[in-house]
Amino acid sequence: MTPARQAWALLTGRYLRQLYRQPAVIGITLTQPIIWLLLFGALFKKVIEIPGFGAGNYISYLTPGVVIMTALFSSSWTGMSYIEDSDAGIMDRFLTAPVSRGALIGANLAYQAVTTVVQSAVIIALGWGLGASFPGGAGGIAALIGVSVLIALAMAGLSNGLALLSGQRETLIAASTTIVLPLTFLSGAFLSLRVVPGWIAGVARFNPVNWAASAGRIAIGAHPPWATVASYSGLLAIAVIATAAMSTWTLRACQR
Amino acid sequence: MRDVTSAVEAGELRKSYGGGRGGGEIRALDGLSCSVAAGSVFALLGPNGAGKTTTVRILTTLSRPDAGRAAVAGIDVLRRPGRVRSVIGAVSQRSGSVSELTGYENLTLQGRIYGMPRRELRRRAAELLGQFGLAEAARRQVRTYSGGMRRRLDVATALVHRPAVLFLDEPTTGLDPEGRAQLWAVLTRLASDAGTTILVTTHYLEEADRFAARIAIVDRGRVVAEGTSDELKARLQGDSVLLDLGDAGQVERARMALAQVSQVVRTTSGGAVVRARVTDGPRALPAVLAGLEADGVPVLSVTVARPSLDDVYLHYAGRSLRQAEGSTLA
Repeated sequence: MTPARQAWALLTGRYLRQLYRQPAVIGITLTQPIIWLLLFGALFKKVIEIPGFGAGNYISYLTPGVVIMTALFSSSWTGMSYIEDSDAGIMDRFLTAPVSRGALIGANLAYQAVTTVVQSAVIIALGWGLGASFPGGAGGIAALIGVSVLIALAMAGLSNGLALLSGQRETLIAASTTIVLPLTFLSGAFLSLRVVPGWIAGVARFNPVNWAASAGRIAIGAHPPWATVASYSGLLAIAVIATAAMSTWTLRACQR
Repeated sequence: MRDVTSAVEAGELRKSYGGGRGGGEIRALDGLSCSVAAGSVFALLGPNGAGKTTTVRILTTLSRPDAGRAAVAGIDVLRRPGRVRSVIGAVSQRSGSVSELTGYENLTLQGRIYGMPRRELRRRAAELLGQFGLAEAARRQVRTYSGGMRRRLDVATALVHRPAVLFLDEPTTGLDPEGRAQLWAVLTRLASDAGTTILVTTHYLEEADRFAARIAIVDRGRVVAEGTSDELKARLQGDSVLLDLGDAGQVERARMALAQVSQVVRTTSGGAVVRARVTDGPRALPAVLAGLEADGVPVLSVTVARPSLDDVYLHYAGRSLRQAEGSTLA
């Protein structure tokens, strides 16, 4: 008997099955973006009238922002599964079996990717229903979903690392909330960076959430400059690799 | 599987955990050694904090010692942890089963991780579910299981790939007497029929006494005595005379009186009961009672007891298991 090479795929299957058995979680996760779309859509409806905002229809502007924000929020909790698995002895079960540390991290990221694709697609459909337009067509939508996956994976890696390092729910909740909200609001997710204070626009240039929101928004527009989308995506991919490496390293270091 | 007579070898294991807030280092293992014969049930007996869990974590590749050697099924645990993982099964103190999966799914997930072919895995899962009395509950999510069912599933899961060595850390903690008996029935059968080596940690004396072929008594990070239950008891060469005085105020007087009796090796006390260790219980009894009567110490009842494993523990660790438990928990 040789241990499965695709242990990560087996563990991804386990996460997906676990999610499928908790319909309430699915319901809440999909309700949240509806609230964001309706709430922010109403709240900021008039911002497009500000000279220089540069968008004709706020819901079209908002939809990619909500896609990115939801991907970020959902993935910021992913480390919780390690804390729960540790408390339930499930981590020890897999660590004493022939499962590599990389596979444990990989399974979590693959699961995050799958759920983010579904979630982003649902939000895009909702946005379309509320009047958003996607002149970029299918290619643009695919690119928006792609960058939402990248930002989700980067955040998931960070969340996993924090969870493995602290081992405490309270610490992870506090850290995630502290990181996620400023990252979202220091970006062009809801408001064009042309109408925000200069320092916010400055900070946003170095904010991965802004890279994702910008890339996604550019991609769904008419005749997108693909080179720009690609360079933002490249930066996001570097962030993914960095946080995934950090969390794998943390997992090894934790095992004293 | 390699032909080895010793399935588990631990030599001079040392492990300290970095200090907590107090800054002091906690020495979990202080030169622990033990050797487990293939196909037997071996118990590490000791109070919480004695180092049992740390030993199991090292042997199952979850933790690395600061110093010492460890081998499982002839494989060096420190150099080839990956190979060790494929020949062991481990049941941790904290379940390990996924609540949202069914019993059957938990078993098959584990089997597939080990690369078992599907058909064989299906057969093996059905076999284990039957063996552990879980056939009826196989298609139910584990969150609906009772504590005992869950524990049995944990053990079944660790056995899917037919490991050569099975490690169980406090497997019966939290189970009712019936659940404990059921689990032990399966474990003893496993060792005798399948030839699986079982290393189990426990702080229940009766369990170690009844089910383990050999017992290592662990105290403060070392093995203080090792042998079969009978060997350990025989080494004490002595019985106990238990004297219930009915009044704790009389205990000191009684112990002073007993110190004068030549057959009495030593005395200990708890509440109004004095325990006198004597070389031969029935023979020493008259002298013991005469000694007490001479000093006017009243005695409510007398019992002569052959040494128990608790006595063994007391003898080697210098304190009773219950006392040790109290001091580490405090």
